[in-house]
Formats: sequence, structure tokens, C-alpha cells
Amino acid sequence: MNRQGITDLYFAEARSRLIDLAAFLDRVERSEGPDDFRLKSLRAALHELAEPSPDKAKKILLLLSDPTPEPVAQAGDKSACGAWSGF
Amino acid sequence: MRYIEPHAHMVSRVTDDYAAMVTAGCRAVCEPAFWAGFDRGSAEGFHDYFCQLTDHEPKRAARYGLPHYAWLCLNPKEAENLALAKEVLALIPEFLDRPNVLGIGEIGLNKNSRNEVAIFERQVELAVRHNQMILVHTPHLEDKWKGTNLIVDILTRTPGINPARVIIDHVEEHTVATVLDAGFWAGITLYPLSKCSPARAIDMVEIYGTQRLWLNCACDWGHSDPLAVPKTALEMRKRGHSEAAIDRLIYGNPLRFLGQNPKFQVEKTAFES
Repeated sequence: MNRQGITDLYFAEARSRLIDLAAFLDRVERSEGPDDFRLKSLRAALHELAEPSPDKAKKILLLLSDPTPEPVAQAGDKSACGAWSGF
Repeated sequence: MRYIEPHAHMVSRVTDDYAAMVTAGCRAVCEPAFWAGFDRGSAEGFHDYFCQLTDHEPKRAARYGLPHYAWLCLNPKEAENLALAKEVLALIPEFLDRPNVLGIGEIGLNKNSRNEVAIFERQVELAVRHNQMILVHTPHLEDKWKGTNLIVDILTRTPGINPARVIIDHVEEHTVATVLDAGFWAGITLYPLSKCSPARAIDMVEIYGTQRLWLNCACDWGHSDPLAVPKTALEMRKRGHSEAAIDRLIYGNPLRFLGQNPKFQVEKTAFES
């Protein structure tokens, strides 16, 4: 599928998600308190979107990942939150 | 349209889901053992669960004309209690000869802890000892990249592992190449929020090819969609993929992998456009 076709198929959805993201950041910035590691990671990831390079999804996923190689001592909480707490 | 749902936790779903899946073209469903949303308190609890997966659930699926297969294991979320984990692992061999059991799964890692790694290694050894196929769960979100690397490293240095008989599930853009380059099959899981969307899944299919990829919904008791695979087929149509290509991905590929176990019996006719 060419660029026009991809744009026709996905632009409206991407626009909607972009505005949702902007509104989320507006909501965050209207509230009081500092950014935690999740928000810091998210803001860093936004820079990747503006880069004219390929593999943006992969780069953002890596930016949100635990980069350490060794197993942790204990599992602790079973759930994941979507960003690495050491960011 | 026809498809095989290779990863669905049907014990958590209502009968309407069976009806919807069959109506959408599902020809077989495979259910890996997983976490119930709470930690089971005893090995007897797991014994009952394995009986549910190998006796009760196939009967429930059969009411809708749907063949049901299972994978057995201890889920990584319950691997921190090593004493209980070892008791549960000792139960598994007695179930492996049951007619719907395809192998050991979904083993893997969740938070990448030392105990999870230890139990993962034991379950891989169990699979090798009993010549079983393996289905691997990779961790969620921020833990996925590290966990996938640990899993691939363990599997590639374990004697007796044939990568063609191992599928590593829940890959995303940052892990799919690691899995495929090591010779394993890769599973893409379609979830409403986490894991992968239909559009991203088809991106990966277009970039990496369909040689060793399958799609699954992994529906369970959480936010998930038992019709995610046929909905992704619609996404492929929108992108201009042929009906034959769709059939190869959502029917032919799971059949090629799962059919390595002679217990897995579904219609093997090729798609004709």
C-alpha cells in the first residue's frame, strides 16, 4: 500500500490518539505535583516521534523498558506499569 | 474465513464467547495454563486446574463443535514460592499423555526474578525430558525486553531444545527480531491496550514475513477480546492482503506449528482462492 493509502486508512485514528495524548498532558499539567518516572519516560518518548528516523515504535518501547541484564532478587508486585522505575 | 485460536484462556470466558468464535470461523482453540488472578494455595488446586483444562473444558468447547487443546505448566506469576512450584511440577508428567495436551506452557518470566528463572529452567528441562513442545510467555510492558533476552539465552544454551518446536509469545517491535533470529517461532498477542494492536501486528507481519509467526488473542479474565484474530484478518483485508495470505497466517501457520504434535488434528486442506 502506498503512502496515500496508508494515510487514508490511518490518519483519522492517529489524529484522534494524538489529541488524546495532548489532552492527557494538559490534564497532567493542570494538576499539582512533580512528574514521576512514568511521565518523565513519556516526555522523553515524545522526542522520538519527531525524529526523521525509522523504527520509532521499537525505539519508544526500548526507552520504556528495563535495560538491566540481570534477574532481580524478588518478583515483588506481579504487575507492570509501562515504564522502567529507574528512568 | 477460518482460523485457529492458538492462545486463549477459555476457563475465564462465558459460553457466548465460544459461540462468537465458532461463528467467526474458529476451527480449534488452544489453552495454555496460566495465573487465575490470585495465587493458588496448594498443589491440589493446580491438580484440579489441570483436570479442568484436560477434561471439563474440552467438553464445554465440544458443545460448540470446537476442538480444545491445552498446554500445562506452572505460570511464572506463581514461581516465587519455590516449594509449592516444585510440588506442582511433579504433578505435570501424569497429565502429559492426555489426548488434548500439546506440551509445556505458558512457561516463562513475569518480573524477571531469580526464582522465576529457576522455575523456568526446571520446566524447560521437564519439557526436554518428556520430548514436549514449549509455549513461552514473555513479560509485560517494561519487563518484556529484559525477560525476552533472558528467555532466549536460557533456551539457546539448554541441550535438547529444538527451536522449531518452541514458540515465544507476546512479541512486540523491540523483541520480535531477537526471537526469530534465534530460530524460534514468535507469537503476536492482540490486546486492546497492552501488547499489540491489529495495525501494529500487520506491520510486523509485513516487515518480518510470515514464516514463523502466529497471531493470538490470549483472552482471559482481564481486558481482552476473544475475536481479536478475525478482527485482525479484517485489518489485513483493508491493507490489501489476499484471502490466501490471511488464511496462511491465521490458519496455516498455527497448524504448521501445532501439527508437529500428532495429537493436534484439524482440517489440513489448503486454502483455495
